[in-house]
Amino acid sequence: MNLGNIESLCFFLPELILIGGILGVVISDISVKQLRNILNPLLTGVVLFGALYYSVQTEHDVASNLFEGMLALDSFAQYFKIFLLLAAILVFFGALHAEELVPIHQGEFFALLLAVTLGMILMVNSIHLTMLYLSLELVSLTSYIMVGYLRRDRLSNEASMKYILFGAVSTGSMLYGFSLLYGLTGSLNLFEIQEVLLTQGVAGFNQFALLLVVVLTMAGFGFKTAVVPFHFWCPDVYSGAPTPVTAFLSVAPKAAGFGILVRFFFSGLSQPNGEEWSAISGINWPLVLIGLSVLTMTFGNIAALTQTNLKRMLAYSSIAHAGYILMGSVVLTITGLKAMLVYLFVYLFMNLGAFLIVTVIFDSEKTFEIQDYNGMFRRSPFLATAMSIFMLSLIGIPPFSGFLGKLYIFGAVIDQGLFWFAVVGALNAAIAAFYYMRVMKHMILENSTGNNTPLHISYLNRALLVALLVPNIFLIVFWTPIDEWTASSVTLFRGL
Amino acid sequence: MIQLHHYLLISGALFSLGIFGVLTRRNAINVLMGVELILNSANLNLVAFSRYSSTGIDGQLFAVFVIVVAAAEVAVALAIVLNLYRLLNTVNLDQADTLKR
Repeated sequence: MNLGNIESLCFFLPELILIGGILGVVISDISVKQLRNILNPLLTGVVLFGALYYSVQTEHDVASNLFEGMLALDSFAQYFKIFLLLAAILVFFGALHAEELVPIHQGEFFALLLAVTLGMILMVNSIHLTMLYLSLELVSLTSYIMVGYLRRDRLSNEASMKYILFGAVSTGSMLYGFSLLYGLTGSLNLFEIQEVLLTQGVAGFNQFALLLVVVLTMAGFGFKTAVVPFHFWCPDVYSGAPTPVTAFLSVAPKAAGFGILVRFFFSGLSQPNGEEWSAISGINWPLVLIGLSVLTMTFGNIAALTQTNLKRMLAYSSIAHAGYILMGSVVLTITGLKAMLVYLFVYLFMNLGAFLIVTVIFDSEKTFEIQDYNGMFRRSPFLATAMSIFMLSLIGIPPFSGFLGKLYIFGAVIDQGLFWFAVVGALNAAIAAFYYMRVMKHMILENSTGNNTPLHISYLNRALLVALLVPNIFLIVFWTPIDEWTASSVTLFRGL
Repeated sequence: MIQLHHYLLISGALFSLGIFGVLTRRNAINVLMGVELILNSANLNLVAFSRYSSTGIDGQLFAVFVIVVAAAEVAVALAIVLNLYRLLNTVNLDQADTLKR
């Protein structure tokens, strides 16, 4: 059922609040310095919490399209709205006291943060190729600026230069793939594309063209999620950007990228088969994704083994985690999708926690090298313990919630009989243990060469660390709410 | 008589030239020229498919949006290149590559 433009507005409240917030922050930015330092964060916080409240409140079970077939309104969209707004809120609080950003005028940073969140929410909702491309470019352009936010820092400039050049080529290639798909099927709506592919069948020449479309589209989606042949921007951008921006990039656009990947491949290039899906015969995109997933996991973990810069190491680790998440999409079942959503949820808290600790330690030590983390346990036991918990969670060791994500993903893969795939994943998790534990070793077992003065952490950062630690520690016990929430979120709008 | 495949061949050539430009150019502005070629090859594809088939003007609408986005992207890219130039006094990408493997 297609809703018209005016009727769709009442389901569009979170996005409308975000749009109002962007305009409001830009306007409040021209006020006096003392007023604007209070007004900007206050407005951003109110807007983000308001959008989160309305995305929980809005009725998402109405099976319909918004805006004449541009956006979908289903619980899959609701999950990602809540996830992305949560990520934006946590990064917003983490960026309030970050030494890298505080000296610089922060008003535009908040406007960009709101714009990027709006773009990502539109991205995961979109079922029309035009909307998909426009929202993806909104996310990309605002992230390029956020990465280059430290205008006088050489590394930040270089990172944003690499990011924009790589991103422009990747999204341009994806656009070329979309144009070929439009030519082959005659429509830009994902459900109409699916219908044409099912009724007309795939034969002969079209098969090669469709494979080309899959490869080119994966260039764009792989760029957003940092999957291996398209990951080259990731380490440089993560290490050059200001740390709160890196934290945001490592969870939010990655999750949104997985959202559009699922929507494109499951709603456009697969046929519903009862509760599950099966790839349209002739386009073997699960095989392509299996290959990419294996490459990504292996390369990400092996490349992280030799890194000495903590942000670069976390960049390679997030590439590896993208490989694990991709495992959940190749099995084409509800279990696989649910596994992806659970993994993304626990990944949010553990990755943001690790980056928050990097930010806090940079604020006093001005360094990102793992060597300079020696003896952190003596200086701040709280920080060292928190970092150890985040590292163990990232490895996937049982008492912490990272294990939950890996359990679901490997379970979904084993359910389908792809045992070798799960073995590759498990071996990669074992290799990853080395570089995560190396950080713990430096913090706890090594003696610091410098001073031993206690590290000062502001109350906001302490509260934020506790807020990020709680899901890591207690989700393994109280995981039923997450299980039920993700199980109800895998109903993709089927296009009627 | 100009047919659809002529347009597709030209857009394919433009796409390849764009990729070649991005991969081999050292000056940041020249890389951006390559990016523009890629985006415009997709535009040509979209408009050609819309013109030569009976599926409406969806492709032309999409192409208009792509033109707008390409303009915005180039604006942001040039701002970043300008920033880089102010710091390093060069737009040569080889000299801007200091982050270690």
